[in-house]
Amino acid sequence: MTANSTLGKDLTGLEHMTPEQIRLILDTAEPFKEVSERPIKKVPALRGKTIVNLFFEASTRTRISFEFAEKRLSADTVNVAATGSSVSKGETLVDTAKNLEAMRIDMVVIRHGSSGAAEFLGNRIASNVINAGDGKHEHPTQALLDLLTIRDKHGKIQGLKVCLVGDVLHSRVARSNIWGLSKLGAEVAVCGPWTLLPRGIEELGVKVFSRVEEAIEWADVLNVLRLQLERMEKGFIPSLREYYRVFGVTPERLERANREITIMHPGPMNRGVEIDSRVADGPHSVILDQVTNGVAVRMAVLYLLAGGRAELADAAKRGAGSSE
Amino acid sequence: MTQPILLQGGRVIDPGKDLDQAMDVLIQDGKIAAVGRGLGTPDGAIVRNMSGRIVTPGLVDLHVHLREPGNEDEETVASGARAAAAGGFTAICAMPNTDPVTDNQAAVGFIVRQSDRAGLARVHPIGAVSIGQKGERLAEFGEMVSAGAVAVSDDGKPVVSSHLMRTALEYARTFSIPVADHCEDPTLASGGVMHEGLVAARLGLKGIPAAAEEIMVARDVLLAELTGGHVHLCHMSTRGSVAIIREAKERGINVTAEVTPHHLTLTDYACEEYDTHAKMNPPLREAADVAALRGALQDGVIDCIASDHAPHAYDEKEAAFDDAPFGVVGLETAFAVAHTELVESGIFTLPELIRRMSTEPARVFRLGGGTLAAGSVADVSVFDCAAKWSVDPAAFHSKSRNTPFAGRALTGRAVLTIVAGSIVHEL
Repeated sequence: MTANSTLGKDLTGLEHMTPEQIRLILDTAEPFKEVSERPIKKVPALRGKTIVNLFFEASTRTRISFEFAEKRLSADTVNVAATGSSVSKGETLVDTAKNLEAMRIDMVVIRHGSSGAAEFLGNRIASNVINAGDGKHEHPTQALLDLLTIRDKHGKIQGLKVCLVGDVLHSRVARSNIWGLSKLGAEVAVCGPWTLLPRGIEELGVKVFSRVEEAIEWADVLNVLRLQLERMEKGFIPSLREYYRVFGVTPERLERANREITIMHPGPMNRGVEIDSRVADGPHSVILDQVTNGVAVRMAVLYLLAGGRAELADAAKRGAGSSE
Repeated sequence: MTQPILLQGGRVIDPGKDLDQAMDVLIQDGKIAAVGRGLGTPDGAIVRNMSGRIVTPGLVDLHVHLREPGNEDEETVASGARAAAAGGFTAICAMPNTDPVTDNQAAVGFIVRQSDRAGLARVHPIGAVSIGQKGERLAEFGEMVSAGAVAVSDDGKPVVSSHLMRTALEYARTFSIPVADHCEDPTLASGGVMHEGLVAARLGLKGIPAAAEEIMVARDVLLAELTGGHVHLCHMSTRGSVAIIREAKERGINVTAEVTPHHLTLTDYACEEYDTHAKMNPPLREAADVAALRGALQDGVIDCIASDHAPHAYDEKEAAFDDAPFGVVGLETAFAVAHTELVESGIFTLPELIRRMSTEPARVFRLGGGTLAAGSVADVSVFDCAAKWSVDPAAFHSKSRNTPFAGRALTGRAVLTIVAGSIVHEL
């Protein structure tokens, strides 16, 4: 049975976490960054732990990032993708959960197309559950790595102005970022066409910009969301061409702001749609730092949920094992 | 010949006659024989002391889903009628979205026969508006009415075509039956699983805007005005719908409406933590909607309470919110939820509640019952309004357990239910 950590059993989202818990993860991620810089990228902190990466939706970046985090902590991992598994044969989520439970696995990393799926699983199995993205709800580890990247770049999060640009309506990254940033004292805004903003979003305490120029004028950090190409087919926007012209983050628009704005993107990017290549590859882009930090943040989450103590994270790297 | 029944000394409430007094009720030959003080006991009569009890015309529910034929594991006509009797209902109206759809006289006759066989609460069939509920061709209203249908509806789905709705209202007028509509613009509601608002935004669930209902309410009101037909609006959920109905009634349009106990008492916050037992269609709305619905029920803009009893197998609700079916059971909690939330809290008087759960629904669908007048059918319910109990889904007579009120402490319980002069439920 897994030990309780100060994070609780599961990481399903940032909405119900305290600022202290979020800071704990970010602080714990710091010593783990160095592991990935070593020639031998492995520490024994999760030796003997079994982890299933249960991906009901296609994912490259997040799945690989989790897998590296697990392997660098010496956990034994199994990947289950929706295609080719019993999942595609009509097995229900609850049956999948019970089968995993029966195999006595320690942790499940789940990505699922339905909002609430991670919480659903977490409420039904004793293993730790980590949400790797559930429907349009939350993607907590993405927001945590975004927070870590902002903190690295600016030295703080408190008081910064961060704007999420694009398809907020369908974005789990946006929701997790809104919670995480607000809890750590940032000012948060969203910007996009009204068809892609959820109704009631202002009541979450965020500013709303319908013009990207205004958002750029205001923000210290722009986190540019991926525009799913199917949004056009479903009629939320008339064309990608117009989207780029109205909402695209371009060097010309950024120059008008006349100051340095940090550019983030959770990936994968549609170059020339939501973000211009010159911005993505430009000097203020921290997009690849986000990816690097993703491994460290996920190592921290896995380590803490497995019962590891934050103050021992550094020692854990040197072979002391987790605190159990 | 059934034995006479004498209910002695209960608080007798008959809203149709503005009666609310301690009296006796005598039932003979399946009819109300007399209501008065100190009634004599006929030979061989069953006598029940009703002191401290409330004696009312039997409750009537215009909107239930029994799953027979098609999904008898979830509910049958008999199990639904049993649940109804336990909840104080003497008559319930079964929606036609069975499998196959109840869209012809044989299917309607089947429901009537199953109801007779069960011999519990009366089950009145509602026929489909369109064949197969496909929204294309009218079903045979005339034959269905002669087989026992009391209304027509494509409930579960809206009647999307305005032309079909128009002809349905006109044709139904021929047989003096209402067309009950599930008001939902499917293009606006498409893919939605809960109310569109702040909670949906936070949970990342696709919302169903209030306008999806209100657009159809407005359309139906206009078509009722055009045709002179009687439109009955099912399970109203928004303050905007209330405003449209209020105006329509002021203009004398032939419209009636119902509201469910859950829409009168719960909001979209019940969906927090992805509780699939709070997933229903129309969805639970906001506090301002609940307030407007209560006000509308009080002043008669909304005519009655209906449960929209919608049984589902336990494992169907054991799913991610997106994947779970819409609907909750309600027959065994409807009275107690309404009594606790509306009467105990002082918003409604008990006679007002009985009016909205018996007198009015019987009037709206032109059913017998809903009255204790001498000579009328002896459909009578008795409640212990002081009884405190807590909702235990495992104890339901319904075959399904999908209630949003599990564990809820309620006050008021049906202790005796009489249908056509026979006791069908007694605690």
